[in-house]
Amino acid sequence: MRDIKCQLLVIGAGPGGYVCAIRAGQLGIDTVIVEAKKPGGTCLNVGCIPSKALIHAADEYARLADYAAGRSALGIRAEKPAIELARTVEWKGGIVRRLTNGVSGLLKKAGVKQVDGWASFRDGKTVRVETQTGMQTIEADNIVIATGSTSVELSGIGFGGNVISSTEALALTTVPKRLAVVGAGYIGLEMGTAFAKLGAEVTVIEAMDRILPLYDEELTKPVRKRLEKLGVMLLTGVKAERYSESAKTLSYSNGDRKSDTVGADKVLVTIGRKPATEGWGLEELDLSMDGRHIAIDEHCRTSMRGVYAIGDVTGEPMLAHRAMAQGEMVAEIVAGKRRAWDRRCIPSVCFTDPEIVSAGLSPEEAAEAGIDARSAIFPFQANGRAMTLEREDGFVRIVARADNHLVIGIQAVGAQISELSSYVAHAIEMGARLEDIAQTIHAHPTLSEAVPESALRTLGHALHI
Amino acid sequence: MGQHVIKMPDVGEGIAEAELVEWHVKVGDPVNEDTVLAAVMTDKATVEIPSPVEGTVSWLGGEVGEQIAVGAPLLRIEVAGEGNAGDAAPQAKPAKSEEPEEKGAESAPREPEKATPKPETDEKPVSRDQKAKTSPPPKDRRSLPTQSRKEGEKPLASPAVRLRAREAGVDLRYVRGTGPAGRISHEDLDLHLEAGHRPGASAGRAPDNRVTEFKVVGLRRKIAEKMQLAKSRIPHITYVDEVEMDALEDLRATLNKKKRDDQARLTLLPFLVLAMVRAIREQPNLNALYDDDAGIVHQHGGIHVGIATQTRNGLVVPVLRHAETLDLWSCAAEIQRLADAARDGTATREELSGSTITITSLGALGGIATTPVINHPEVAIIGVNKMQVRPVWDGAQFVPTRMMNLSSSFDHRIIDGWDAAVFVQRIKALLETPASIFIEE
Repeated sequence: MRDIKCQLLVIGAGPGGYVCAIRAGQLGIDTVIVEAKKPGGTCLNVGCIPSKALIHAADEYARLADYAAGRSALGIRAEKPAIELARTVEWKGGIVRRLTNGVSGLLKKAGVKQVDGWASFRDGKTVRVETQTGMQTIEADNIVIATGSTSVELSGIGFGGNVISSTEALALTTVPKRLAVVGAGYIGLEMGTAFAKLGAEVTVIEAMDRILPLYDEELTKPVRKRLEKLGVMLLTGVKAERYSESAKTLSYSNGDRKSDTVGADKVLVTIGRKPATEGWGLEELDLSMDGRHIAIDEHCRTSMRGVYAIGDVTGEPMLAHRAMAQGEMVAEIVAGKRRAWDRRCIPSVCFTDPEIVSAGLSPEEAAEAGIDARSAIFPFQANGRAMTLEREDGFVRIVARADNHLVIGIQAVGAQISELSSYVAHAIEMGARLEDIAQTIHAHPTLSEAVPESALRTLGHALHI
Repeated sequence: MGQHVIKMPDVGEGIAEAELVEWHVKVGDPVNEDTVLAAVMTDKATVEIPSPVEGTVSWLGGEVGEQIAVGAPLLRIEVAGEGNAGDAAPQAKPAKSEEPEEKGAESAPREPEKATPKPETDEKPVSRDQKAKTSPPPKDRRSLPTQSRKEGEKPLASPAVRLRAREAGVDLRYVRGTGPAGRISHEDLDLHLEAGHRPGASAGRAPDNRVTEFKVVGLRRKIAEKMQLAKSRIPHITYVDEVEMDALEDLRATLNKKKRDDQARLTLLPFLVLAMVRAIREQPNLNALYDDDAGIVHQHGGIHVGIATQTRNGLVVPVLRHAETLDLWSCAAEIQRLADAARDGTATREELSGSTITITSLGALGGIATTPVINHPEVAIIGVNKMQVRPVWDGAQFVPTRMMNLSSSFDHRIIDGWDAAVFVQRIKALLETPASIFIEE
């Protein structure tokens, strides 16, 4: 097979890699992208998109179930719903296919050569790809490592049988009767909530003393309340120890070494993700590492000249939109443009119920950073739109510097507020002050009105509370 | 009766705390308006704090010598009528611990409970006012952009401005932002570019605007005073000439090789001291102290050579007494002893004073010439520069020769330039022909 020579080689066609390749192609760079599976990476295939599809289906189902059970005050009656999860998964698969095909199309349109296969480094300029038709050698002036991340396995409870990762959970064709979720991070809770809404008895086991330990307690409290209302059993401060396939029980213990078991037809392990640093020849490059992930500078350069790394393989926060922004930037750097990572915030969304949005610093983080900051929350209880949606739980919280009122963080928790994430990130990125937000007319009636109200409240004169 | 709290005032620009240097009152003292209560000292000035009210001092906020933060309670005065203690109560620990006792003694037991939440409710309108103030009214606009960013803080600009700046090679840390909170607008960037900050020109390090203050105390203060005195009073004349050192260096090497173990290693200094002793014998007016207030020159018979010595704390000048009585070896031993004593801080007061002429040497650090500052009230100081091999024209060719400069200053009020030159030339001649140092005439 003839060797390929190119200016830019991207390894991994996840959100970071494919965006990098598309942008590079647009800029006229001779680009090759290698992917062993489908384009789109974890995000499109087994992450963000399919999980949101499942969450949507579960919400629809739960709504009907509420109507059928007479739990709604709306006066709507319905028959007891039924779900054919196999068809749901098929529908979800259709969305994924459309998107992955779309990514392929975009890459093609940008003039990017796609090579299917598993890549491994021979040296900092050369990669060998095992393709279906043989070994392909690719030589590149610049290489972008965008290999992503993989699920962390729990010692003692390895994946296999009824112990599954989020990937398998998204492909289940029947709703498990009893589902144990190990790890109350956002993935575990998103999936756990969806299956609870689909009728599973869900138990969540978390080693830390509260759910969503990456968010502050104030922000996660409404989620906890909702989970309890949905009948999800939350076991915090306990460690999952062993799963018995025959007895279908998961044993766990707390700090006092007291053990107990919980029945589980499926055990979903979501204790985090680790950078995918194995199997592609990282050892050939001897790159500087920062803990488990590849160390990068503000230009996403690794310790080797001409080798860049983007996305999950470069560590936290492992978010698709971070990878995309890094990918776009690296393509432009390779094209000779002056670029550096100077973003002020990377918003994060947790599609639990209610949803959580966070951009910038929380009050605690601001204090830790030594910033004299003020913050205030505005509860959705005082928001008209929230009432009409029957969801008054949650709030918007704004954090601003005390001296010049610069907004340094906005967090929110509430139903359907994930779309607020871009607005709040934009405000921070633009350098908004509390007054900027307060002086912007927000359409009524919307949930977004809680944002200027929280700004006003921080200034000491909220109108609707 | 109420309590009036007086807080440490903002006594100077940028000062976060001030030293309490004196209490003019004590607890129980009656005070009137404008009675001076205390004196506080900043690095720049001592400020007296007057009482704004009439009453009796009930509490003092610190001991003399303590650093007290600006805004912290300094003292309390019991006044007739309502005081201002309410909003100050949560400020300081001492105030808190005293409050319940006083209140309990004076009023119904219910009141202290009420008094505790009161400051909090009071605080809301107060802080709202403050907020209103910090949000800039138009007239404050000009002052806002000058808010300097703290080190490591990112410049405030929209993503579009940041991108444009990056493409233009402009480091936004150097661009003045005129927007709210110092935000940099497209117009600010335009101005920066128009002002000739061409792309790339501003790339580099951020300006460091830190100003660190150190108190000039102790030895440093002494040095400062002496130097100022010398430079402000004495019209210096500095004379530099070079000395061929080959002969002296050869002699020194030979002597060091043959020296007994109990003898100190010879440096250049003992030779210089003895040469100065010989030269002073011919020009005794150089070994003198000029009392310029009295208009009297005290010409000394004893030659007490101050030897400027760098120590960890600063410059000190131990004194080699009666150099005219010493031979080469004892002179070397004494210089060594004094230098050690000065460096380890064991030199006595006597050993550090009473010089009549001084030697200063920066030899080891190099340097071609120095302009030594006379050790007031002396009239001469001899400075030694680094010895280096230089090419010297011997009439037929350049010969590598060990050369050393002497940079010497004289009080031109007492010593004429001619005399200064003669003195240095005499020392030069003695050093160049070292045998003549030791030959009695």
